[in-house]
Amino acid sequence: MDKLIIGRYLPGDSLIYRLDPRVKFLITFYFIGIVFLANNVASYAFLMVFVLFAVLVSKVNFIFFIKGLRPMFWLILFTVVLQAFFTPSNHPIWHWSFLTLSKEGLVIATYIFMRFILIIFISTLLTLTTTPIEISDSIESILKPLRVIKFPVTQVALMLSIALRFVPLLIDETTKIMDAQRARGVDFGEGGLIKRIKAFVPILIPLFVSSFSIAYDLAIAMESRGYKDGQGRSKYRVLQWSMRDNWTIVFMAGVTIILLFLRSY
Amino acid sequence: MSGLGLADVSCTINSGKFTAIVGKTGSGKSTLVRHINALLKPTSGEILVGERKITSETNNKNLKPLRKNVGMVFQFPESQLFEDTVEKDIMFGPQNFGVPEKDAKEAAQEMIDVVGLGSEYLQKSPFDLSGGQMRRVAIAGVLASDPETIILDEPTAGLDPVGRKEIMDLFKEQQKNGKTIILITHNMDDVANYADEMMVMHDSQIVASGTPKAVFNDQELLDKNYLTLPQSAIFAQKLQAKNFHFDQLPITISELTTEIKQQIHGD
Repeated sequence: MDKLIIGRYLPGDSLIYRLDPRVKFLITFYFIGIVFLANNVASYAFLMVFVLFAVLVSKVNFIFFIKGLRPMFWLILFTVVLQAFFTPSNHPIWHWSFLTLSKEGLVIATYIFMRFILIIFISTLLTLTTTPIEISDSIESILKPLRVIKFPVTQVALMLSIALRFVPLLIDETTKIMDAQRARGVDFGEGGLIKRIKAFVPILIPLFVSSFSIAYDLAIAMESRGYKDGQGRSKYRVLQWSMRDNWTIVFMAGVTIILLFLRSY
Repeated sequence: MSGLGLADVSCTINSGKFTAIVGKTGSGKSTLVRHINALLKPTSGEILVGERKITSETNNKNLKPLRKNVGMVFQFPESQLFEDTVEKDIMFGPQNFGVPEKDAKEAAQEMIDVVGLGSEYLQKSPFDLSGGQMRRVAIAGVLASDPETIILDEPTAGLDPVGRKEIMDLFKEQQKNGKTIILITHNMDDVANYADEMMVMHDSQIVASGTPKAVFNDQELLDKNYLTLPQSAIFAQKLQAKNFHFDQLPITISELTTEIKQQIHGD
């Protein structure tokens, strides 16, 4: 679990940490969108410079971003290699039965590679600098307009924050139950497929049972502390929109304009 | 990021003895006992369980004989129940260790009595039972494999006083039948009443070991390791302020009463 960097928060302090999480959240998605606008070397290079700039401003150690790439490594390699060898072209550099290596293929493969790097870096930047609770707060705030169409925004936000809170707890519970069953002679990861699947029954059932009892206890505890239906509650954590958030949006607009310019250049 | 759970630990746990491991939360007690049945493996050094040696190179295969010999009752063991009847759940352990169904059934039959529930419970669903009864079923499930060593990680946490005493008596009884008991606890009265030997852990190391009497009479050691005295010893200390004198603090109620009787009649 130590190696998994996705979704992990890293305490720190820098301009990016102090940004309103809503801005970070929206910009991350916006950026993932505009990555697909890039269509030539200059535009990709520009986006790369922008991401590296953001990483630098965040003051997060670069190693964490490399670690974020690691679980995706094989997927990236697979896609890049497929793109490189299966792009049809009239001017192949190298050809063998159905495999063709061409200049166009290599260029497209490089673009794909860049896209992966850009998207993974920017989303790693979001999760490393934003606490899960901030993310769920910003989702609630961003979804607010959906109330018009009777979408239960507060309930969804509540479910989200409870779910996030209980992820580490359930991971602990799972390890504990696994240890207990191993002590009773269960072998995980041994034998054929059927045997392996069967070995998970002694974990899944206790895990579900304890989730039910946690849910029951939590519901009782919430009710006894006066929780009714989420309507008309005040907020303890209030997200603060400040001037630097406005400037970030202006900055992103600038990035978009330059990108559009480079694209048609 | 990798903190050390245990550092430079060296100890011997004697067969047939009741050993208590105490120490403040996070001192490495649970980590230590998880090494005894190879749920965790040492990154350096070695562990000898009977004839079996565990090192960092120990393979994950072939651990079953070891785990059959070292039974482990985890904290809140009731969360490990999963079968549809109590009987099947108790039989689960022995059957994993290759005991034939018929013998496993007999073991279940026997163990449900040992833990103080009648055989009428065997066909019930474990999830219909009360928390205390579930804990007993879980303990029966561990005892049913007939382990030579039983490790208990706070087996009485969250039980009522009667249940607590019954469970502890049950393990003392198991010790009399020749089993080795290792108990992790924060309850000093349990240590005083049941344990033959005691180990104190602090910051991933074993800082003291000896009989409970010796350890509880070393006030400096207790202070340093955030331990308290058993109730009897606390009471004896208060009596000392009122002209009683104890060469060694009595740690159980029976020791305390004998001492008081002697001193009153002796005056």
